Amino acid sequence: MPDTSETPSVLSFLGDVAKGQVLALQDYSLLVVQSVANVFTPPRYWTDTLEQMDLIGVGSLGIVAIAGFFIGGVLVLQTSSQFERFGETALTGEAVALALVRELGPTITALLVAGRNASGIASELGSMVVTEQVDAMRALGTDPVRKLVTPRVVAMVMMLPLLVAVADFVGLGGGFLVAYLTLRLGAVQFWTTAIRALAFGDLVQGFVKPLFFGFVISTIGCFQGLRVKGGTQGVGRATTSAVVISSVVVILVDFFLSKLLLYMFQK
Amino acid sequence: MLRPSRPAPLLDANTIVPGEPLIEFRDVSIGFDEGDVLRGLSFDVSPGETKVFLGESGSGKTLIMKLAAGLLQADAGHIWVMGHNIGEMSENELLDFRRHLGFVFQEGALFDSMTVAENVAFRLREENVPDAEVDERVREALKFVELEAALDKYPAELSGGMRRRVSIARALVDRPPLVFYDSPTAGLDPVTSQTIITLILRGRDLQGVTSLLATHRVQDAFGLAHFRYDKESNRVVSDDGNGARGVEPGHDQRQVQGAAVAPPTNVLVLREGKVYFEGTAESVLHSSDEYLKKFLASAE
Ligand SMILES: Nc1ncnc2c1ncn2[C@@H]1O[C@H](COP(=O)(O)OP(=O)(O)OP(=O)(O)O)[C@@H](O)[C@H]1O
Ligand SMILES: [Mg+2]
Repeated sequence: MPDTSETPSVLSFLGDVAKGQVLALQDYSLLVVQSVANVFTPPRYWTDTLEQMDLIGVGSLGIVAIAGFFIGGVLVLQTSSQFERFGETALTGEAVALALVRELGPTITALLVAGRNASGIASELGSMVVTEQVDAMRALGTDPVRKLVTPRVVAMVMMLPLLVAVADFVGLGGGFLVAYLTLRLGAVQFWTTAIRALAFGDLVQGFVKPLFFGFVISTIGCFQGLRVKGGTQGVGRATTSAVVISSVVVILVDFFLSKLLLYMFQK
Repeated sequence: MLRPSRPAPLLDANTIVPGEPLIEFRDVSIGFDEGDVLRGLSFDVSPGETKVFLGESGSGKTLIMKLAAGLLQADAGHIWVMGHNIGEMSENELLDFRRHLGFVFQEGALFDSMTVAENVAFRLREENVPDAEVDERVREALKFVELEAALDKYPAELSGGMRRRVSIARALVDRPPLVFYDSPTAGLDPVTSQTIITLILRGRDLQGVTSLLATHRVQDAFGLAHFRYDKESNRVVSDDGNGARGVEPGHDQRQVQGAAVAPPTNVLVLREGKVYFEGTAESVLHSSDEYLKKFLASAE
């Protein structure tokens, strides 16, 4: 620990901050490795995993559907004026489908779930840390990473692609409704162009991304929760950082994954 | 009575050597930003012994228990518990090891989103004990702490003393041979404190557990040293003479009545990170030391 009797120079302060960040990253990596390794060895906590799947999947269904619906709708509103200029309103379905499946479906869903569940996970685990429940678990011979982290990570990684599928589908529905009401586009016309627009690569992109996003959100939520120090205030701070960090990381990961997947499925 | 779900492999003939201490602290130190809290602490706990740690708030009683359970690592020194060198064990080995000890946390540390029954059943569930047996043993354990009625309550719905008792039931349900009680009477009224001490007596005299007890109430030490739980009459009976086994020949008459002598209770007073005093409860009572007298004065 730094000697506080001397006024620390800016440089040594920055050095300490950097050291702290590196240590945190190291702890995070360790947690990630452990949480994944636990999947392959017993004991496995299926009940906890199912409970988390319900909490994350079923619990987020409503907001994901509503958001998806209106994102689909607004996509049509925004693109249709362009297409109308060229008299190509029939392409609306294609534009909505591509934007939703490749990009907006996964990202918006992930951001919503990050706001809803990364915070929930961090505050739940954080409260358990400050009330010594995590220590009590260790004292009872149970590995908290196995019992608390792995079920959340598994549940999130499994549920997020399903939520994305819901968002995509409802989003297309919203898009169709707006297209029908404003452009008088027929159902057959909209849906056939929408579905035909999607290549295999687009679907892969749309469903590989949420796997990574789910992993990022759940591990960051758990990590922030488990490293809480300093009582209720600490829990509050951890909750905020869990949402902020996981949202930013989702967007960064989205960029790099898009680059990679676009490269892989280039014809 | 509480039954072990399986033989405790850590406590086979190889690990308990008669005459060898069950717990051994050698020059243990630990500190935080504000400085060292424990400064070269050494003590032994023999099998069957009840060691009472007496110390002011902040003297490091909780730290000692957490160190002995491997929940914290010491900065220096060695700790052996049941033949294991705690400092050299991985967290996975420690998890296994901790299944053989009970830990009653100072604040209870009950799982607040589980009912009382689920809290007590936690360790049994971890060991995949069949449902019917879990049910039966949870009832037994809650009966032991006289809280059968609270089975389906959540910790938030209980009083502080009830929470402590649930915590004791949770720690004892698998009948560990070694139990750490961290300040189980702190902040409780004298009557409830006595109830808790009675539970500890019962654990000791009916199940033969070795225990560490942290407290700042010297009465707890007297309660443990001067009383024992009588199996036949099912109540606490006086056991004057600090229960030092077979020390005083006059005690033989009780053996005739079929009652066992209580196992030894020793008091260890902590001060400034070191052992300030170690001896029987009786010797604390008769000591002329000013610091020890302060504890006695507060007991009146
Ligand atoms: N995790 C920690 N971080 C920093 N300091 C700590 C930590 N745990 C304990 N301490 C410090 O160690 C000292 C001893 O703490 P401990 O909890 O063992 O006291 P105690 O004897 O159990 O007191 P009480 O009777 O109040 O429970 C205290 O001064 C405390 O500030
Ligand atoms: Mg304490």
